[in-house]
Amino acid sequence: MLSASAPTTGSESGLGLDRIIELLPEIGVAMGQTFVMLLVAIPLAILLGTPLGVWLYSASPVGLKPRPRAHRIVDSLVNTIRSFPFLILLIAIIPITRFIVGTTIGTAAVIVPLTINAIPYFARFVEQNLTQLGSGVVEAARAMGATRGQIVRDVLLVEARPALIGSITIMTVSFISYSAMAGLVGGGGIGDFAIRYGYYRYETVVMLAAIVLMIALVQVVQIGGTRLARVLDKR
Amino acid sequence: MISLRNVSTTFRGKDGDFTAVNDVSLEIPAGSIQGIIGFSGAGKSTLLRNINLLERPTRGQVVLDGVDLTALDDERLRRERHQIGMIFQHFNLLNNRTALQNVELSLKFAGIEKAERRRRAQEALEIVDLAEKSTSYPAQLSGGQKQRVAIARALVTHPKVLLCDEPTSAVDPRTTASVLQYIADINQSLGITTVVVTHELNVVKAIADNVAVMENGAVVERFDVADLAAGTFEPGTEIGRYLLDEEIHLDRTPLAGRRDPASGAPLRGRDGKELAHA
Repeated sequence: MLSASAPTTGSESGLGLDRIIELLPEIGVAMGQTFVMLLVAIPLAILLGTPLGVWLYSASPVGLKPRPRAHRIVDSLVNTIRSFPFLILLIAIIPITRFIVGTTIGTAAVIVPLTINAIPYFARFVEQNLTQLGSGVVEAARAMGATRGQIVRDVLLVEARPALIGSITIMTVSFISYSAMAGLVGGGGIGDFAIRYGYYRYETVVMLAAIVLMIALVQVVQIGGTRLARVLDKR
Repeated sequence: MISLRNVSTTFRGKDGDFTAVNDVSLEIPAGSIQGIIGFSGAGKSTLLRNINLLERPTRGQVVLDGVDLTALDDERLRRERHQIGMIFQHFNLLNNRTALQNVELSLKFAGIEKAERRRRAQEALEIVDLAEKSTSYPAQLSGGQKQRVAIARALVTHPKVLLCDEPTSAVDPRTTASVLQYIADINQSLGITTVVVTHELNVVKAIADNVAVMENGAVVERFDVADLAAGTFEPGTEIGRYLLDEEIHLDRTPLAGRRDPASGAPLRGRDGKELAHA
Protein backbone atom coordinates (compact mmCIF):
# COMPACT_ATOMS: atom_id res chain seq x y z
CA MET A 1 0.00 0.00 0.00
CA LEU A 2 1.06 3.57 -0.57
CA SER A 3 0.95 4.45 3.08
CA ALA A 4 3.61 1.82 3.82
CA SER A 5 6.01 3.06 1.14
CA ALA A 6 6.48 6.73 1.87
CA PRO A 7 10.08 7.15 2.95
CA THR A 8 10.76 10.25 0.89
CA THR A 9 8.98 13.52 1.42
CA GLY A 10 8.51 16.25 -1.12
CA SER A 11 10.52 18.87 0.67
CA GLU A 12 13.64 16.70 0.77
CA SER A 13 13.70 15.29 -2.74
CA GLY A 14 13.80 18.24 -5.07
CA LEU A 15 10.53 18.74 -6.90
CA GLY A 16 9.14 15.40 -5.79
CA LEU A 17 7.52 14.97 -9.17
CA ASP A 18 8.02 11.23 -9.17
CA ARG A 19 6.20 11.04 -5.86
CA ILE A 20 3.25 12.90 -7.40
CA ILE A 21 3.33 10.57 -10.41
CA GLU A 22 3.45 7.63 -8.03
CA LEU A 23 0.31 8.96 -6.30
CA LEU A 24 -1.54 9.89 -9.50
CA PRO A 25 -4.00 6.99 -9.30
CA GLU A 26 -4.87 7.97 -5.75
CA ILE A 27 -5.24 11.62 -6.79
CA GLY A 28 -7.58 10.47 -9.52
CA VAL A 29 -9.69 8.54 -7.05
CA ALA A 30 -9.75 11.56 -4.70
CA MET A 31 -10.86 13.91 -7.48
CA GLY A 32 -13.56 11.41 -8.41
CA GLN A 33 -14.80 11.35 -4.82
CA THR A 34 -14.91 15.14 -4.70
CA PHE A 35 -16.92 15.21 -7.91
CA VAL A 36 -19.37 12.63 -6.57
CA MET A 37 -19.84 14.59 -3.34
CA LEU A 38 -20.48 17.85 -5.20
CA LEU A 39 -22.55 16.35 -7.98
CA VAL A 40 -24.94 14.76 -5.51
CA ALA A 41 -24.98 17.31 -2.66
CA ILE A 42 -25.27 20.50 -4.77
CA PRO A 43 -28.19 19.39 -6.98
CA LEU A 44 -29.97 18.00 -3.90
CA ALA A 45 -29.42 21.29 -2.11
CA ILE A 46 -30.84 23.18 -5.09
CA LEU A 47 -33.80 20.81 -5.35
CA LEU A 48 -34.70 21.06 -1.66
CA GLY A 49 -33.27 24.48 -0.82
CA THR A 50 -35.22 26.30 -3.54
CA PRO A 51 -38.69 25.48 -2.17
CA LEU A 52 -37.47 26.27 1.35
CA GLY A 53 -36.08 29.61 0.17
CA VAL A 54 -39.26 30.42 -1.73
CA TRP A 55 -41.27 29.58 1.38
CA LEU A 56 -39.06 31.81 3.54
CA TYR A 57 -39.62 34.65 1.07
CA SER A 58 -43.30 34.03 0.66
CA ALA A 59 -44.17 33.55 4.34
CA SER A 60 -42.18 36.54 5.55
CA PRO A 61 -44.19 39.44 6.99
CA VAL A 62 -43.89 41.31 3.66
CA GLY A 63 -44.17 38.20 1.44
CA LEU A 64 -46.85 36.87 -0.90
CA LYS A 65 -48.67 35.07 1.89
CA PRO A 66 -47.37 36.22 5.28
CA ARG A 67 -47.32 33.58 8.01
CA PRO A 68 -45.38 35.46 10.70
CA ARG A 69 -45.40 32.76 13.38
CA ALA A 70 -44.50 29.81 11.16
CA HIS A 71 -41.91 32.00 9.49
CA ARG A 72 -40.24 32.79 12.80
CA ILE A 73 -39.95 29.11 13.65
CA VAL A 74 -38.56 27.99 10.28
CA ASP A 75 -36.33 31.05 10.14
CA SER A 76 -34.63 30.17 13.42
CA LEU A 77 -34.42 26.49 12.45
CA VAL A 78 -32.52 27.51 9.33
CA ASN A 79 -30.24 29.70 11.44
CA THR A 80 -29.64 26.83 13.84
CA ILE A 81 -28.48 24.44 11.14
CA ARG A 82 -26.38 27.19 9.61
CA SER A 83 -24.72 27.83 13.01
CA PHE A 84 -23.11 24.38 13.26
CA PRO A 85 -19.44 24.25 12.31
CA PHE A 86 -19.43 21.68 9.52
CA LEU A 87 -17.11 19.31 11.38
CA ILE A 88 -19.51 19.17 14.33
CA LEU A 89 -22.56 18.76 12.10
CA LEU A 90 -20.79 15.87 10.40
CA ILE A 91 -20.49 14.04 13.74
CA ALA A 92 -23.77 15.21 15.26
CA ILE A 93 -25.94 13.80 12.52
CA ILE A 94 -24.24 10.40 12.30
CA PRO A 95 -27.47 8.63 13.35
CA ILE A 96 -29.38 10.40 10.58
CA THR A 97 -26.65 9.55 8.11
CA ARG A 98 -26.82 5.88 9.07
CA PHE A 99 -30.59 5.94 8.68
CA ILE A 100 -30.46 7.50 5.22
CA VAL A 101 -27.51 5.79 3.52
CA GLY A 102 -27.03 2.76 5.81
CA THR A 103 -23.42 3.57 6.65
CA THR A 104 -21.50 6.21 8.57
CA ILE A 105 -18.25 6.00 6.65
CA GLY A 106 -17.22 6.60 3.07
CA THR A 107 -18.20 9.10 0.39
CA ALA A 108 -21.91 8.34 0.60
CA ALA A 109 -21.86 9.10 4.31
CA VAL A 110 -20.36 12.56 3.70
CA ILE A 111 -22.98 13.47 1.17
CA VAL A 112 -25.68 13.49 3.86
CA PRO A 113 -24.14 16.17 6.11
CA LEU A 114 -22.96 18.13 3.07
CA THR A 115 -26.52 18.20 1.76
CA ILE A 116 -28.06 19.00 5.13
CA ASN A 117 -25.63 21.88 5.46
CA ALA A 118 -26.20 23.06 1.90
CA ILE A 119 -30.02 23.13 1.95
CA PRO A 120 -30.48 26.04 4.39
CA TYR A 121 -27.40 27.68 2.91
CA PHE A 122 -28.96 27.73 -0.54
CA ALA A 123 -32.42 28.55 0.85
CA ARG A 124 -30.99 31.79 2.25
CA PHE A 125 -29.54 32.62 -1.15
CA VAL A 126 -32.92 32.02 -2.79
CA GLU A 127 -34.73 34.13 -0.20
CA GLN A 128 -32.21 36.95 -0.61
CA ASN A 129 -32.32 36.86 -4.41
CA LEU A 130 -36.12 36.95 -4.51
CA THR A 131 -36.32 39.77 -1.96
CA GLN A 132 -33.94 41.87 -4.04
CA LEU A 133 -36.17 41.69 -7.12
CA GLY A 134 -38.35 44.40 -5.65
CA SER A 135 -42.11 44.63 -5.62
CA GLY A 136 -42.70 45.95 -9.16
CA VAL A 137 -42.89 42.70 -11.12
CA VAL A 138 -44.83 40.99 -8.34
CA GLU A 139 -47.36 43.81 -8.37
CA ALA A 140 -47.67 43.57 -12.16
CA ALA A 141 -48.21 39.81 -11.95
CA ARG A 142 -50.86 40.21 -9.24
CA ALA A 143 -52.61 42.80 -11.38
CA MET A 144 -52.62 40.27 -14.23
CA GLY A 145 -54.47 37.85 -11.99
CA ALA A 146 -51.58 35.43 -11.43
CA THR A 147 -51.80 32.81 -8.70
CA ARG A 148 -49.07 32.74 -6.06
CA GLY A 149 -47.62 29.62 -7.71
CA GLN A 150 -47.50 31.41 -11.08
CA ILE A 151 -45.86 34.43 -9.50
CA VAL A 152 -43.13 32.20 -8.07
CA ARG A 153 -42.61 30.01 -11.16
CA ASP A 154 -43.17 32.42 -14.04
CA VAL A 155 -41.99 35.68 -12.53
CA LEU A 156 -39.75 35.44 -9.47
CA LEU A 157 -37.63 32.40 -10.34
CA VAL A 158 -37.26 33.57 -13.95
CA GLU A 159 -36.17 37.05 -12.93
CA ALA A 160 -33.83 35.70 -10.23
CA ARG A 161 -32.20 33.12 -12.50
CA PRO A 162 -28.89 34.95 -13.11
CA ALA A 163 -28.56 35.73 -9.40
CA LEU A 164 -29.38 32.11 -8.54
CA ILE A 165 -26.65 30.84 -10.89
CA GLY A 166 -24.26 33.18 -9.06
CA SER A 167 -25.42 31.77 -5.73
CA ILE A 168 -24.97 28.17 -6.92
CA THR A 169 -21.44 29.08 -7.96
CA ILE A 170 -20.60 30.55 -4.55
CA MET A 171 -22.16 27.54 -2.82
CA THR A 172 -20.21 25.05 -4.96
CA VAL A 173 -16.92 26.79 -4.21
CA SER A 174 -17.69 26.77 -0.47
CA PHE A 175 -18.53 23.10 -0.57
CA ILE A 176 -15.34 22.15 -2.37
CA SER A 177 -13.70 23.40 0.82
CA TYR A 178 -16.23 21.75 3.16
CA SER A 179 -15.80 18.44 1.37
CA ALA A 180 -12.17 18.44 2.56
CA MET A 181 -13.45 17.51 6.02
CA ALA A 182 -14.91 14.34 4.58
CA GLY A 183 -11.73 12.50 5.57
CA LEU A 184 -12.95 12.44 9.14
CA VAL A 185 -15.47 9.78 8.22
CA GLY A 186 -13.40 8.20 5.47
CA GLY A 187 -15.14 10.04 2.70
CA GLY A 188 -12.04 10.85 0.73
CA GLY A 189 -11.89 13.58 -1.86
CA ILE A 190 -9.09 15.87 -2.99
CA GLY A 191 -9.24 18.07 0.13
CA ASP A 192 -8.92 15.05 2.38
CA PHE A 193 -6.04 13.89 0.20
CA ALA A 194 -4.26 17.21 0.79
CA ILE A 195 -4.79 16.97 4.55
CA ARG A 196 -3.57 13.37 4.76
CA TYR A 197 -0.39 13.90 2.77
CA GLY A 198 0.37 17.48 3.66
CA TYR A 199 -0.81 17.80 7.25
CA TYR A 200 -0.34 14.30 8.65
CA ARG A 201 2.70 13.16 6.62
CA TYR A 202 4.49 16.39 5.81
CA GLU A 203 4.61 15.59 2.11
CA THR A 204 4.44 19.24 1.18
CA VAL A 205 4.84 18.77 -2.56
CA VAL A 206 1.99 16.28 -2.71
CA MET A 207 -0.17 18.64 -0.68
CA LEU A 208 0.70 21.51 -2.99
CA ALA A 209 -0.24 19.41 -6.00
CA ALA A 210 -3.60 18.67 -4.42
CA ILE A 211 -4.12 22.33 -3.60
CA VAL A 212 -3.27 23.33 -7.16
CA LEU A 213 -5.94 20.91 -8.32
CA MET A 214 -8.45 22.45 -5.92
CA ILE A 215 -7.55 25.94 -7.15
CA ALA A 216 -8.10 24.77 -10.72
CA LEU A 217 -11.43 23.25 -9.74
CA VAL A 218 -12.57 26.45 -8.03
CA GLN A 219 -11.46 28.53 -11.01
CA VAL A 220 -13.37 26.36 -13.45
CA VAL A 221 -16.52 26.48 -11.31
CA GLN A 222 -16.30 30.25 -10.75
CA ILE A 223 -15.51 31.19 -14.34
CA GLY A 224 -18.16 28.82 -15.69
CA GLY A 225 -20.75 30.15 -13.23
CA THR A 226 -19.97 33.78 -13.98
CA ARG A 227 -20.20 33.16 -17.74
CA LEU A 228 -23.49 31.34 -17.46
CA ALA A 229 -24.98 34.05 -15.24
CA ARG A 230 -23.88 36.71 -17.71
CA VAL A 231 -25.44 34.89 -20.67
CA LEU A 232 -28.72 34.47 -18.81
CA ASP A 233 -28.84 38.04 -17.50
CA LYS A 234 -30.84 40.20 -19.91
CA ARG A 235 -31.03 43.31 -17.75
CA MET B 1 -68.81 51.46 -15.16
CA ILE B 2 -66.60 51.60 -12.10
CA SER B 3 -68.20 52.72 -8.85
CA LEU B 4 -66.09 53.54 -5.84
CA ARG B 5 -68.39 53.80 -2.82
CA ASN B 6 -67.04 55.41 0.35
CA VAL B 7 -63.64 53.84 -0.16
CA SER B 8 -61.08 54.30 2.61
CA THR B 9 -57.64 52.73 2.93
CA THR B 10 -55.66 52.89 6.14
CA PHE B 11 -52.14 51.54 6.53
CA ARG B 12 -51.01 50.35 9.92
CA GLY B 13 -47.49 51.44 10.69
CA LYS B 14 -45.08 51.60 13.60
CA ASP B 15 -45.75 55.31 13.99
CA GLY B 16 -49.49 54.86 14.05
CA ASP B 17 -52.07 54.52 11.31
CA PHE B 18 -51.97 56.43 8.04
CA THR B 19 -55.10 57.00 6.02
CA ALA B 20 -54.03 57.10 2.38
CA VAL B 21 -57.56 57.18 0.93
CA ASN B 22 -60.28 58.85 2.93
CA ASP B 23 -63.92 58.17 2.08
CA VAL B 24 -63.73 58.54 -1.68
CA SER B 25 -66.82 58.00 -3.84
CA LEU B 26 -66.40 58.17 -7.59
CA GLU B 27 -68.40 56.96 -10.59
CA ILE B 28 -66.41 56.35 -13.74
CA PRO B 29 -68.68 55.89 -16.80
CA ALA B 30 -67.94 52.95 -19.11
CA GLY B 31 -65.67 53.91 -21.99
CA SER B 32 -64.56 57.22 -20.46
CA ILE B 33 -61.11 58.34 -19.45
CA GLN B 34 -60.95 59.44 -15.84
CA GLY B 35 -57.95 61.47 -14.71
CA ILE B 36 -56.86 61.50 -11.10
CA ILE B 37 -54.43 64.28 -10.30
CA GLY B 38 -52.67 65.35 -7.14
CA PHE B 39 -49.28 65.79 -5.55
CA SER B 40 -47.08 63.00 -4.23
CA GLY B 41 -48.66 61.34 -1.23
CA ALA B 42 -52.18 62.56 -2.04
CA GLY B 43 -53.36 58.94 -2.19
CA LYS B 44 -54.03 58.75 -5.92
CA SER B 45 -51.91 55.66 -6.56
CA THR B 46 -53.50 53.90 -3.59
CA LEU B 47 -56.96 54.80 -4.91
CA LEU B 48 -55.99 53.34 -8.30
CA ARG B 49 -54.83 50.12 -6.59
CA ASN B 50 -58.13 50.02 -4.76
CA ILE B 51 -59.88 49.51 -8.09
CA ASN B 52 -58.20 46.14 -8.82
CA LEU B 53 -57.73 45.47 -5.13
CA LEU B 54 -53.93 45.31 -5.32
CA GLU B 55 -54.57 47.39 -2.23
CA ARG B 56 -57.69 46.14 -0.51
CA PRO B 57 -59.74 49.07 0.86
CA THR B 58 -60.21 49.09 4.62
CA ARG B 59 -63.77 50.27 4.11
CA GLY B 60 -66.16 50.81 1.22
CA GLN B 61 -66.99 49.00 -1.99
CA VAL B 62 -65.51 48.78 -5.47
CA VAL B 63 -68.16 47.79 -7.99
CA LEU B 64 -67.24 46.94 -11.59
CA ASP B 65 -70.24 46.51 -13.90
CA GLY B 66 -72.44 45.48 -11.03
CA VAL B 67 -69.92 43.08 -9.44
CA ASP B 68 -68.71 44.07 -5.97
CA LEU B 69 -65.02 43.20 -6.19
CA THR B 70 -64.51 43.66 -2.45
CA ALA B 71 -66.93 40.79 -1.80
CA LEU B 72 -65.16 38.23 -4.02
CA ASP B 73 -62.95 35.38 -2.85
CA ASP B 74 -59.34 35.18 -4.10
CA GLU B 75 -60.16 32.91 -7.03
CA ARG B 76 -63.03 35.05 -8.37
CA LEU B 77 -61.00 38.20 -7.82
CA ARG B 78 -58.14 36.78 -9.89
CA ARG B 79 -60.59 36.09 -12.72
CA GLU B 80 -61.95 39.64 -12.52
CA ARG B 81 -58.38 40.94 -12.71
CA HIS B 82 -58.04 39.45 -16.19
CA GLN B 83 -60.66 42.09 -17.09
CA ILE B 84 -58.57 44.90 -15.61
CA GLY B 85 -55.30 45.76 -17.31
CA MET B 86 -52.73 47.90 -15.54
CA ILE B 87 -49.61 49.82 -16.51
CA PHE B 88 -47.04 51.34 -14.18
CA GLN B 89 -44.68 54.29 -13.95
CA HIS B 90 -41.63 52.02 -14.07
CA PHE B 91 -43.21 49.59 -16.57
CA ASN B 92 -42.62 46.52 -14.37
CA LEU B 93 -41.68 44.34 -17.31
CA LEU B 94 -39.77 41.11 -16.71
CA ASN B 95 -36.16 41.80 -17.66
CA ASN B 96 -35.36 38.21 -18.50
CA ARG B 97 -38.24 37.77 -20.94
CA THR B 98 -38.57 39.20 -24.44
CA ALA B 99 -41.26 41.73 -25.34
CA LEU B 100 -43.38 38.93 -26.81
CA GLN B 101 -42.89 36.68 -23.77
CA ASN B 102 -43.84 39.55 -21.48
CA VAL B 103 -47.11 40.02 -23.34
CA GLU B 104 -47.73 36.27 -23.49
CA LEU B 105 -47.36 35.99 -19.74
CA SER B 106 -50.52 37.98 -19.24
CA LEU B 107 -52.42 35.45 -21.40
CA LYS B 108 -50.82 32.53 -19.59
CA PHE B 109 -52.11 33.88 -16.29
CA ALA B 110 -55.53 34.19 -17.93
CA GLY B 111 -55.40 30.49 -18.83
CA ILE B 112 -55.11 30.86 -22.61
CA GLU B 113 -53.63 27.98 -24.66
CA LYS B 114 -50.02 28.32 -25.78
CA ALA B 115 -50.62 28.49 -29.53
CA GLU B 116 -53.27 31.17 -29.15
CA ARG B 117 -51.07 33.08 -26.70
CA ARG B 118 -48.35 33.51 -29.32
CA ARG B 119 -50.81 34.73 -31.95
CA ARG B 120 -52.63 37.19 -29.69
CA ALA B 121 -49.40 38.54 -28.19
CA GLN B 122 -48.08 39.26 -31.69
CA GLU B 123 -51.33 41.00 -32.47
CA ALA B 124 -51.12 43.17 -29.33
CA LEU B 125 -47.54 44.18 -30.14
CA GLU B 126 -48.78 45.08 -33.61
CA ILE B 127 -51.34 47.46 -32.07
CA VAL B 128 -48.60 49.38 -30.26
CA ASP B 129 -46.39 49.27 -33.40
CA LEU B 130 -43.74 47.08 -31.83
CA ALA B 131 -44.15 43.90 -33.89
CA GLU B 132 -40.55 44.10 -35.05
CA LYS B 133 -39.31 44.31 -31.44
CA SER B 134 -40.98 41.10 -30.31
CA THR B 135 -37.68 39.29 -29.66
CA SER B 136 -36.04 42.25 -27.90
CA TYR B 137 -35.48 42.23 -24.16
CA PRO B 138 -36.68 45.27 -22.16
CA ALA B 139 -33.08 46.45 -21.68
CA GLN B 140 -32.86 46.84 -25.47
CA LEU B 141 -35.94 49.10 -25.62
CA SER B 142 -36.39 52.81 -24.92
CA GLY B 143 -38.63 54.01 -22.09
CA GLY B 144 -41.48 54.75 -24.47
CA GLN B 145 -41.15 51.34 -26.11
CA LYS B 146 -41.14 49.63 -22.73
CA GLN B 147 -44.35 51.40 -21.79
CA ARG B 148 -45.89 50.35 -25.10
CA VAL B 149 -44.97 46.72 -24.40
CA ALA B 150 -46.62 47.19 -21.00
CA ILE B 151 -49.71 48.59 -22.74
CA ALA B 152 -49.77 45.57 -25.07
CA ARG B 153 -49.44 43.29 -22.04
CA ALA B 154 -52.34 45.07 -20.35
CA LEU B 155 -54.74 45.01 -23.28
CA VAL B 156 -53.94 41.56 -24.71
CA THR B 157 -56.52 39.92 -22.44
CA HIS B 158 -59.23 42.24 -23.87
CA PRO B 159 -59.91 43.96 -20.55
CA LYS B 160 -62.87 46.19 -19.76
CA VAL B 161 -60.70 48.55 -17.74
CA LEU B 162 -57.20 49.97 -18.13
CA LEU B 163 -55.53 51.40 -15.02
CA CYS B 164 -52.56 53.70 -15.65
CA ASP B 165 -50.30 54.62 -12.73
CA GLU B 166 -48.19 57.64 -13.70
CA PRO B 167 -47.79 56.17 -17.21
CA THR B 168 -45.61 58.98 -18.53
CA SER B 169 -43.65 60.04 -15.47
CA ALA B 170 -40.56 58.04 -16.41
CA VAL B 171 -40.41 59.01 -20.08
CA ASP B 172 -39.33 62.23 -21.80
CA PRO B 173 -41.89 64.86 -22.92
CA ARG B 174 -41.97 63.83 -26.57
CA THR B 175 -42.47 60.19 -25.64
CA THR B 176 -45.21 61.27 -23.24
CA ALA B 177 -47.35 62.40 -26.18
CA SER B 178 -46.81 59.13 -28.01
CA VAL B 179 -47.68 56.98 -24.97
CA LEU B 180 -50.82 59.06 -24.31
CA GLN B 181 -51.78 58.78 -27.98
CA TYR B 182 -51.73 54.98 -27.73
CA ILE B 183 -53.78 55.04 -24.53
CA ALA B 184 -56.31 57.42 -26.12
CA ASP B 185 -56.50 55.39 -29.35
CA ILE B 186 -57.06 52.18 -27.46
CA ASN B 187 -59.74 53.82 -25.36
CA GLN B 188 -61.46 55.09 -28.50
CA SER B 189 -61.28 52.00 -30.65
CA LEU B 190 -61.72 49.32 -27.99
CA GLY B 191 -63.99 51.26 -25.64
CA ILE B 192 -61.88 50.40 -22.59
CA THR B 193 -62.75 52.39 -19.47
CA THR B 194 -59.48 54.08 -18.57
CA VAL B 195 -58.22 55.59 -15.32
CA VAL B 196 -55.04 57.68 -15.45
CA VAL B 197 -53.26 58.74 -12.28
CA THR B 198 -50.73 61.52 -12.77
CA HIS B 199 -49.22 64.58 -11.17
CA GLU B 200 -48.94 66.31 -14.54
CA LEU B 201 -51.80 68.63 -15.50
CA ASN B 202 -50.75 68.40 -19.16
CA VAL B 203 -51.42 64.69 -19.12
CA VAL B 204 -55.01 64.94 -17.87
CA LYS B 205 -55.69 67.90 -20.13
CA ALA B 206 -54.52 65.91 -23.13
CA ILE B 207 -56.29 62.67 -22.43
CA ALA B 208 -58.99 62.75 -19.75
CA ASP B 209 -62.72 63.37 -20.01
CA ASN B 210 -63.20 63.95 -16.30
CA VAL B 211 -60.68 64.80 -13.63
CA ALA B 212 -60.69 64.26 -9.89
CA VAL B 213 -58.25 66.28 -7.80
CA MET B 214 -56.95 64.52 -4.70
CA GLU B 215 -55.40 65.91 -1.56
CA ASN B 216 -54.72 64.15 1.74
CA GLY B 217 -56.55 61.04 0.60
CA ALA B 218 -59.76 62.80 -0.39
CA VAL B 219 -61.20 63.94 -3.71
CA VAL B 220 -61.41 67.70 -3.16
CA GLU B 221 -62.41 68.87 -6.63
CA ARG B 222 -63.79 67.48 -9.89
CA PHE B 223 -64.07 68.98 -13.32
CA ASP B 224 -64.76 68.22 -16.97
CA VAL B 225 -61.73 68.71 -19.17
CA ALA B 226 -64.12 70.31 -21.70
CA ASP B 227 -64.90 73.07 -19.17
CA LEU B 228 -61.21 73.51 -18.50
CA ALA B 229 -60.51 73.86 -22.21
CA ALA B 230 -63.40 76.31 -22.62
CA GLY B 231 -62.04 78.37 -19.75
CA THR B 232 -65.32 78.07 -17.83
CA PHE B 233 -63.86 76.10 -14.94
CA GLU B 234 -62.97 77.98 -11.76
CA PRO B 235 -61.06 75.89 -9.24
CA GLY B 236 -62.72 76.07 -5.84
CA THR B 237 -59.76 74.90 -3.81
CA GLU B 238 -56.24 76.11 -3.33
CA ILE B 239 -54.82 72.80 -4.52
CA GLY B 240 -56.99 73.07 -7.64
CA ARG B 241 -55.72 76.57 -8.36
CA TYR B 242 -52.16 75.48 -7.75
CA LEU B 243 -52.52 72.49 -10.07
CA LEU B 244 -54.11 74.57 -12.82
CA ASP B 245 -51.42 77.20 -12.57
CA GLU B 246 -48.70 75.92 -14.84
CA GLU B 247 -46.22 78.65 -13.98
CA ILE B 248 -43.42 77.74 -11.64
CA HIS B 249 -42.86 80.44 -9.02
CA LEU B 250 -39.56 80.57 -7.20
CA ASP B 251 -38.61 82.48 -4.09
CA ARG B 252 -35.55 84.36 -5.38
CA THR B 253 -33.86 84.58 -1.99
CA PRO B 254 -34.89 81.45 -0.14
CA LEU B 255 -31.87 81.57 2.17
CA ALA B 256 -32.42 85.15 3.36
CA GLY B 257 -32.28 85.49 7.10
CA ARG B 258 -30.62 82.09 7.65
CA ARG B 259 -27.79 81.87 10.12
CA ASP B 260 -24.66 79.75 10.27
CA PRO B 261 -25.49 77.06 12.84
CA ALA B 262 -21.97 77.07 14.35
CA SER B 263 -21.25 80.77 14.80
CA GLY B 264 -24.78 82.15 14.70
CA ALA B 265 -23.60 84.77 12.22
CA PRO B 266 -25.87 85.63 9.29
CA LEU B 267 -25.04 83.78 6.05
CA ARG B 268 -23.13 85.86 3.54
CA GLY B 269 -23.02 85.58 -0.24
CA ARG B 270 -19.94 85.48 -2.44
CA ASP B 271 -19.82 89.26 -2.40
CA GLY B 272 -19.48 89.21 1.40
CA LYS B 273 -22.87 90.83 1.95
CA GLU B 274 -25.57 89.31 4.11
CA LEU B 275 -28.25 87.41 2.23
CA ALA B 276 -31.32 89.59 2.13
CA HIS B 277 -34.74 89.59 0.56
CA ALA B 278 -34.70 91.15 -2.85
